[in-house]
Amino acid sequence: MKIILENATLFTGEKKDIYIEDGKFCDVFDKKDADKTYDISGKTVFPGLVDMHCHLREPGFEYRETILTGSMSAAKGGYTSICPMPNTDPVCDNAAVVSGILKKAKEAGYARVYPIGACSKDLDGKLLSEIGLMKEAGIVAVSDDGKPIATAELLRKVLEYSSDFDIPVLDHCEEKTLSDGCMNEGEVSTCLGLRGIPTAAEDIAIARDIIMAEYLNIPIHLCHVSTKSGVRMVRDAKARGVKVTCETCPHYFTLTDDSCENYDSNFKMHPPLRTKEHVEAIIEGLKDGTIDAIATDHAPHHEDEKCVEFQIANNGIVGFETAFALGYTYLVKPGHITAQRLAELMCYNPSNILKLGRGGLNVGDDADLAVFDLENEFIFDKNKMLTKGRNTPYDGFKLYGETILTIMGGKVTYEKLC
Amino acid sequence: MGLRNKDLLGLKQLTAEEIMEILETAKTMKMVLTSGNKKTSHLQGKSVITLFYENSTRTRLSFELASKYMGSASANISATGSSVAKGESLLDTARTIDMMATDIIIMRHSHSGAPHFIAPHLNASVVNAGDGMNEHPTQALLDMFTIYEKLGTLEGKKVAICGDIYHSRVVRSNAIGMTKLGAQVSIYGPKTMMPVGIEKLGCRVADNVADCVKDCDAVMGLRVQLERQHKSLFPSVAEYSKFYGISPEMLELAKPGALLMHPGPCNHGVELPTAVYDCDQSVINEQVTNGVAVRMAVLYLLMARRNQI
Repeated sequence: MKIILENATLFTGEKKDIYIEDGKFCDVFDKKDADKTYDISGKTVFPGLVDMHCHLREPGFEYRETILTGSMSAAKGGYTSICPMPNTDPVCDNAAVVSGILKKAKEAGYARVYPIGACSKDLDGKLLSEIGLMKEAGIVAVSDDGKPIATAELLRKVLEYSSDFDIPVLDHCEEKTLSDGCMNEGEVSTCLGLRGIPTAAEDIAIARDIIMAEYLNIPIHLCHVSTKSGVRMVRDAKARGVKVTCETCPHYFTLTDDSCENYDSNFKMHPPLRTKEHVEAIIEGLKDGTIDAIATDHAPHHEDEKCVEFQIANNGIVGFETAFALGYTYLVKPGHITAQRLAELMCYNPSNILKLGRGGLNVGDDADLAVFDLENEFIFDKNKMLTKGRNTPYDGFKLYGETILTIMGGKVTYEKLC
Repeated sequence: MGLRNKDLLGLKQLTAEEIMEILETAKTMKMVLTSGNKKTSHLQGKSVITLFYENSTRTRLSFELASKYMGSASANISATGSSVAKGESLLDTARTIDMMATDIIIMRHSHSGAPHFIAPHLNASVVNAGDGMNEHPTQALLDMFTIYEKLGTLEGKKVAICGDIYHSRVVRSNAIGMTKLGAQVSIYGPKTMMPVGIEKLGCRVADNVADCVKDCDAVMGLRVQLERQHKSLFPSVAEYSKFYGISPEMLELAKPGALLMHPGPCNHGVELPTAVYDCDQSVINEQVTNGVAVRMAVLYLLMARRNQI
């Protein structure tokens, strides 16, 4: 299969034609030999995006999403590599489940799927899972995501044991004894009569994780950071040389807790949407390098789990198909960061943290790329998503950065029909 | 005039003019209520359903009597003994009631925002009879009516509310509503029961009970749920009543003859000693009567709006 992308502009500003053969970027060949030629003048090429934090729901929750629909959704968002969290049923805490996920992912063929294994067996926060055997089967990291690593003692053991296998540890930072609520604690939660979750619940867990990583001198990665103090602690820790990295999600730099005022559960997630002050701190952290990555935390739910009273609705929103456009519209367009920085946040850094080796655009590299329209505004329509989930807060948003084409390993995985 | 919205979800959604119209209408309704013949025909040929997911004595009975005095067909559904117990979702239950040509659904629910969630899906008008910790609009309206009737106005009046502020939907509705009518609301309770940013509702957070009730025209106690001491929100009933209760000495700091109020049910000896509950200044029992009048007014005005459309 030979593909040519004519009149391409790279995210760096470089202009050239891109040649792809047998799944790799290649040298110039005769245009007559191309199986497919795309003229992408006016559009921008990024390396295929890498999502280090998503939920594909399979096995166990196929009514919410499958590896196939999740991968197709990812491709539509410009992703070529995605890392599903282990909170499936059965939990991804052993090699057999890892192998099953990889088999399904290969059959689907819409994205490179790199599973994340559970730190603890059955995610119960007690016993270590078989991290070594899972690594042999193909995991790229461990996490108890959805839950924090339960105790400081378990955190220590997970960090130590995982480091023997050079497996990164990703922690969902939440002090459970403080987080019995359903939205951010503040004026808005008080006004709505909803139980609040204080930012302190996240900050205490971040502090714990940094202290342990520093004490052991072992890397740790913090999931979906949403608070001002969290960003400050990571910044300070990095300055001291602590091996800490972190991610945030598009909703933490685009939305505030005011959005919950109509009790719409599409604004309910964990950690919860914070106030403007925290949104600004997240943007600052993305600008100055404190925050390493933008992940989606793509979390599809069935309508029946969302169209209920706010307090009992499931946490989480879908994210693959809006993440890039939100990053471009809210970060690059207003001048907070450059397109190159966005590529670092959404491809190179997550690839490096998980040692995936993705993002190359040179001859001989796997041909993973995404083409976006950065010039024209589009209206995001939730009913046109490829994910099974419809739980997005962004329906009707006017955004820039619509995906035009996604290629993974030389295969076209998404193509906008004009 | 009349009400702007199909539903009565909270004081947040009402303007000062709408609140005053409800209070004025309640005056008329109270005359009906206290006359020998309590029958009116305002709701004749109409249906009113009470849907209660939480226990209630006053609110439920006063809504039920209000609708019956006005001639409606009415019925009750509780969470226990209905399909709710079989796991039917709130929306399905509400739609089922709606499809029986129901005009008004009065709902109490333990989750904040539950009536806001169902209302847009229904043809019936939804009246919030208390949603979680959010609002209890008809309680606040009857509290405001009581002050309005006794003192002639809420403009410039000082109202103190003491107790478990965090969990109280009565406080939220009263703070919002009374402020809209020009009253100054002071609140006080243990810090463990004081929500972040409550000042945003327009009230002042006092330093202690004395500071809260000083020179007030009305003093309101709130029920503290005794089981909350097991969650370390307060250590004991003895300590709560000593530092946070409204004692006769504290009541003396208010204006002479200040109204003593309580939404009920009251834990005697905890938030109020029985001597205070029964004192001459107490309007607690009259609040109950006013509750029926205010609920008649609300049902009347909502139905008048429905009849116009």
